[in-house]
Amino acid sequence: MNHRGILAIYRFEMARFRRTLWQSLVTPVITTSLYFVVFGGAIGSRISEVDGVAYAAFIVPGLIMLSIFTESLNNASFGIYLPRFTGTIYEVLSAPVSTVEILLGYVGAAATKSVLIGLVILATANLFVSIGVRHPLWMLVFLALTALAFCLFGFILGIWAKGFEQLNFIPMLVVTPLTFLGGAFYSIDMLPAPWNTLSLFNPIVYLISGFRWTFFGTSDVGVHISVAALLVFLLLCVAVVAWVFRTGYRLKS
Amino acid sequence: MQPVISISQLTKTYASGLQALKQVDLDIRRGEIFALLGPNGAGKTTLIGIVCGIVRATSGSVHVDGHDIVRDYRAARALIGLVPQELHTDMFETVWGTVRFSRGLFGRPPDAARLEEVLRALSLWDKRNDRIMALSGGMKRRVLIAKALAHDPQVLFLDEPTAGVDVELRRDMWALVRRLRERGVTVILTTHYIEEAEEMADRIGVINKGELIVVEEKSVLMRKLGRKQLTLHLLEPMQAIPPSLAAWPLTLNAQGSELEYSFDAHEEHAGVPALLRELDRLGIAFKDLQTRQSSLEDIFVSLVSGRR
Repeated sequence: MNHRGILAIYRFEMARFRRTLWQSLVTPVITTSLYFVVFGGAIGSRISEVDGVAYAAFIVPGLIMLSIFTESLNNASFGIYLPRFTGTIYEVLSAPVSTVEILLGYVGAAATKSVLIGLVILATANLFVSIGVRHPLWMLVFLALTALAFCLFGFILGIWAKGFEQLNFIPMLVVTPLTFLGGAFYSIDMLPAPWNTLSLFNPIVYLISGFRWTFFGTSDVGVHISVAALLVFLLLCVAVVAWVFRTGYRLKS
Repeated sequence: MQPVISISQLTKTYASGLQALKQVDLDIRRGEIFALLGPNGAGKTTLIGIVCGIVRATSGSVHVDGHDIVRDYRAARALIGLVPQELHTDMFETVWGTVRFSRGLFGRPPDAARLEEVLRALSLWDKRNDRIMALSGGMKRRVLIAKALAHDPQVLFLDEPTAGVDVELRRDMWALVRRLRERGVTVILTTHYIEEAEEMADRIGVINKGELIVVEEKSVLMRKLGRKQLTLHLLEPMQAIPPSLAAWPLTLNAQGSELEYSFDAHEEHAGVPALLRELDRLGIAFKDLQTRQSSLEDIFVSLVSGRR
């Protein structure tokens, strides 16, 4: 194991994040605050409780997940796309580092940043509404695994993308809509007849529902199913990444 | 002695169908400076790319110091430093940050003193805290060399190191390559500047259309394939070459005032004295004479064009 190689990539990526620390942290804090003003303040005043939880508190897990999805995809895809774009990838490809080590470096750094942002949002939310976390350990596990899964997904996007437009394609067109439809701001039980059933085909529902369970102990779907869905998604991403490195897809000619 | 790089039956066909390498066999000797010459698109960069792990071979094998580059890639790659042709740099990173990254990436423990040595040797020490994007093209090239040397490789690949580089940097680079050789580092360089190969290389390989046409000691190559030219400046111009000189391939230039004789360098003892004796017998006098040996460039051009 070339642990120094992993550390070099990890530190390189974290240095990149530090250079843009201001944007990285201010954006989610402002966005979260806006969501609170709109959903928590304006709408929340008309909805008293969902599943026995104050509406403003209810949306917090969904908000964190929304940011984790987009931040993870953006950071991880950009992290590997940038060296491909500038050509500096040659050095990583010619170095004595394995696939797993490259992944640990790039995805590990991106996931670290996502988890940090998730915690910052949680802290920001606490300024607006007091939130108790019923299962703090599970909350962290869920947060970390979701960040990891979406960073892997982002890594795949960064390898697949042929241009900067494609980098934003999947996050904007697929993940954000699925998140909004995935119960980030409501319980899917609140939806009318066909839609609540259809929602069960949306994988994001399981992630948000499971994460919400770690906060309030209530969920739309069974927490075991949520964990299973998360692990399946994680393994799927690992399998695709393994294939990418085995075939050299868009990395090596 | 075991070659430091051993390439056997190496073939590369790109997805586009382009056959970039055709069954290339090549051994690189430990500690030598090897120049790989060839026109654009000959397969030089593909060959280097495969040895360094950036391009996948279609078939054939490569061993670096006995380590297979696929099965035992860690050991093989740890020995190699690569300076790519294009100026691929992390624009926002500092010079110091990027060389430290390179050393770590190749699994070497941090060693600030060693990195300082590398940066000083490349006149980059004063720029160590500068961001790479603020550097000139020549300085970026130096940064790429520093990155390649940061992990103390045994084999250094320089892909077109002096393309678009000013004279000063080129001289610095040549000096650096010689110093590396003194330390036992093997250097493989590709170049368009044939004078560079002529100046630096111990051995030369010529590649064209994916085939290695020739691999030879530079001196042997120049002796074997080089041509010599003898020019005689005649005292009085001549209208035509006398028939008794027909045994020598002569040409008459400069309105008949120069007689030119070209011959294979390794046959020089044969023709010249006899020619001079014959001229003397015919009473043809000359005021001056010149000999010129063809450069590596002439040899290269004739080799590559001969295969077309």
